Amino acid sequence: MSDPMQEIRASFFVECEELLEGLNDGLQAMDDGDRDAETINVCFRAVHSIKGGAGAFGLDQLVAFAHVFETAMDAVRDGKLEVTPEILALFFQCGDLLYDLVRLARDDQELEEDRLAPVVEQLEALVETEEEAEEAVDFKPMTLSLDLPGLAPLDAGDGEGDGAAGDEARGENAGEGDGTGPFEITFTPLPDLYTSGNEPLFLLRALAALGTAQTRCSWDTTPPLAEYSSATSLLTWQITLETDSDEAAIREVFDFVDGLCTLTITRGAGAPDPSGSAPKPDMANDEPAPPASGPGSTPPPPAPVPDTPPAATAGAAPLASPVPAAPEPEASAPKPEPKPAPAPAPKSAAPAPKPAAQPKAEAKPAAANATVRVDLDRIDRLVNLVGELVINQAMLAQSVAAADLGGNGAIASGLDEFQQLTRDIQDSVMMIRAQPVKSLFQRMGRIVRESASGVGKSVRLTTEGEATEIDKTVIERLSDPLTHMIRNAVDHGLEDADTRVAAGKPAQGNVTLTASHRSGRVVIEISDDGGGINRKRVQEKAEEKGLIPPDQALSDSEIDNLLFLPGFSTASEISILSGRGVGMDVVKTAIATLGGRITIASEPGAGTTFSISLPLTLAVLDGMVVRVGSETLVVPLSAISETLSLRAGDNRAIGPHTQVVQVRETFVPLIDLGTELGYSTPRQNYEGAIVLLIAQEDGSRAALVVDAIEDQRQVVIKGLEESYGHVPGVAAATILGDGQIALILDPSDLLANASGLSRATPKLAEIA
Amino acid sequence: MSLEVLAVDDSRTMRDMLRLTLNDAGFTSHLAEDGQHGLEVLAEIAPDVIITDINMPRLDGFGFIDAVRAQDSYRTLPILVLTTESSAELKARARDAGATGWIVKPFDPEKLVRALQIVAG
Repeated sequence: MSDPMQEIRASFFVECEELLEGLNDGLQAMDDGDRDAETINVCFRAVHSIKGGAGAFGLDQLVAFAHVFETAMDAVRDGKLEVTPEILALFFQCGDLLYDLVRLARDDQELEEDRLAPVVEQLEALVETEEEAEEAVDFKPMTLSLDLPGLAPLDAGDGEGDGAAGDEARGENAGEGDGTGPFEITFTPLPDLYTSGNEPLFLLRALAALGTAQTRCSWDTTPPLAEYSSATSLLTWQITLETDSDEAAIREVFDFVDGLCTLTITRGAGAPDPSGSAPKPDMANDEPAPPASGPGSTPPPPAPVPDTPPAATAGAAPLASPVPAAPEPEASAPKPEPKPAPAPAPKSAAPAPKPAAQPKAEAKPAAANATVRVDLDRIDRLVNLVGELVINQAMLAQSVAAADLGGNGAIASGLDEFQQLTRDIQDSVMMIRAQPVKSLFQRMGRIVRESASGVGKSVRLTTEGEATEIDKTVIERLSDPLTHMIRNAVDHGLEDADTRVAAGKPAQGNVTLTASHRSGRVVIEISDDGGGINRKRVQEKAEEKGLIPPDQALSDSEIDNLLFLPGFSTASEISILSGRGVGMDVVKTAIATLGGRITIASEPGAGTTFSISLPLTLAVLDGMVVRVGSETLVVPLSAISETLSLRAGDNRAIGPHTQVVQVRETFVPLIDLGTELGYSTPRQNYEGAIVLLIAQEDGSRAALVVDAIEDQRQVVIKGLEESYGHVPGVAAATILGDGQIALILDPSDLLANASGLSRATPKLAEIA
Repeated sequence: MSLEVLAVDDSRTMRDMLRLTLNDAGFTSHLAEDGQHGLEVLAEIAPDVIITDINMPRLDGFGFIDAVRAQDSYRTLPILVLTTESSAELKARARDAGATGWIVKPFDPEKLVRALQIVAG
């Protein structure tokens, strides 16, 4: 990444993401009825900027598409095109395509043309009529000097406008005497040239840079002093230019003054002199000659020009005078200053009032966005280091305790402070990785649009809490599960328009995506206002597939949870959306690997809500350190609702293997961790046993029996899956303060896999 | 010669590229994010030439040029317009707005430097 262009390229794609987000926001606002000019402008600018940047990196396909899109948007902006739902739908689709193009371009790839072609066609059809009108304007001549005999007219508009004027029309100007000799150039500025900020000196100098130039200044048109007007331009330069460059290069020099001067360019020594009265060159010069100063008399010989730019030193040099006053041939003569503007402002190189007091260093524009873009690797390294710091701090605390130094006030308070600081640093570092879910939600907007059109439904996505921040990795890994759930909601959740209308609902279905912080976790909800889960159908389906025994009495929540069973799919016909083989079980697993949990709530006729609860970060968790047999384990604190010490009679047996614990008015299944994990044999007596009461997302609970609670602390999560694969009941591992490795339990997974005990969990919860 | 250039563009990419090009050419670059910001920067520096984008939030290129030209000391300051459009109409508009010349995006760095030399020495 040392190549600056590569860096800018990378930064361009980051900017694209932001622009696409802005575009999406704008389109969404327009979809919500916003017709504010600035909203449309924001959309236009986003596409426009993408096009501009893409052009710089030669991303032609992106440029071409952005151009067509932008043109259509421009028509809207100019009020030539009215925004209809159809046009908005097309714009949304274009936004999606633009997103794809940007993604592909980043990897040096292109999109298949047949995906673009139909959309481009539609866009072009939108602006067809408008474009015709535009073309007419394009050919409108600008300032021309057709009235000057002998001077070929300059066409104003060059269609390409890349500065290199290669127009055929211009080529004709040079038709006569198109030899290989030097170019003869006649250049007469019009007054407007000076007011436009152009400066003949610089033009002549740029011309001279192309080769060897002989420059004469003619002042034949200079009137007697009495008739002199400062707003007229009186000088004509004639340049004989010997150069290897072609005429286009010469034209390029005069591109900006096109229409602001009369200009002829001919080639070959014998070319007729258009002005017919200019003096012959009698003195070769690399630089432009000085302007005339004698009013109406015989021309003095052209004077040599100094090398230094005049304006730099002569602050009050007259606007149209390309050379300083010093070498003027007739210094005493009253000088007709061909200065068109009355302003005393000097030109170019020395704009008069430089605020001298302002030091340049301070003048650098302050960045409006105080942000720094940092490579993700660096952040990850920081996160890891902070993780090590946390472990180190814990080890130190343990050593201090072991050395019995806890009584030393200075050490104890120093250690406390250290711990607090470590935690603050950790929180701050984790915040760096946090990102708003907005980009993720925006992508879901596209999924809704695409899946809705795929099944012929009209669906609207409403999002809330887009600013909610969550770890970047979590966001990335949520994309697939969310996509699947959104598709499900559109495909299965929402009824078709007729059914909806018959049920008294609006024809357009609604899918809502919300994100919020809830007690240290992020909760993402996907709800639809569809018909709710058809529980009868779900149960039948599960029976058909042999997932459950027939005619079992199941609670609503149990039926809903059947959706998460592997191999379950309610779609009678597999539509294009609900892809084969990917079911809610995959979604559930994906969420679980993120330390998240998913639950369903559904109301017949009103809709279904899936809630995903996620940890804020994947790097650390607050855990309870417990001892089971000879092992030390960590249980996520978020899963523990309370801890109990059992008294005699608190537990009772249900069947040969199952124990329950009475917690206030309810019974909770009891799971002996030691037995469950194979660390110890079942106890005979649970009196005095320590129990962690685990509360699950679906409201069910379980009691985990442990031997002792050792500590409660933040632990750094070290993944196990890469080395060991998924171990049921185990989420990850951590390194404790004493260097010992401890497993971090996944209570939900543990209970789901508990040997014969947990299967009864929901029902027992019901009974209770 | 070394020029002091104020470049105004709302696209970060474009600003990065302008800065790179200008600095490579040995010029001093000052960057602003939109017309409004450009005017703020202009209050602190005295550039030899200004390059500005047209489509920008808050204050667009035309408004920016108007505001610059309204200041006596900048009535004839060279101003180049950056545009992706190359239509004669746009150039005419740019000139009407008081621009000295124009650069078509994506710009060729050499051409940009040449253009700067043509208008500002």
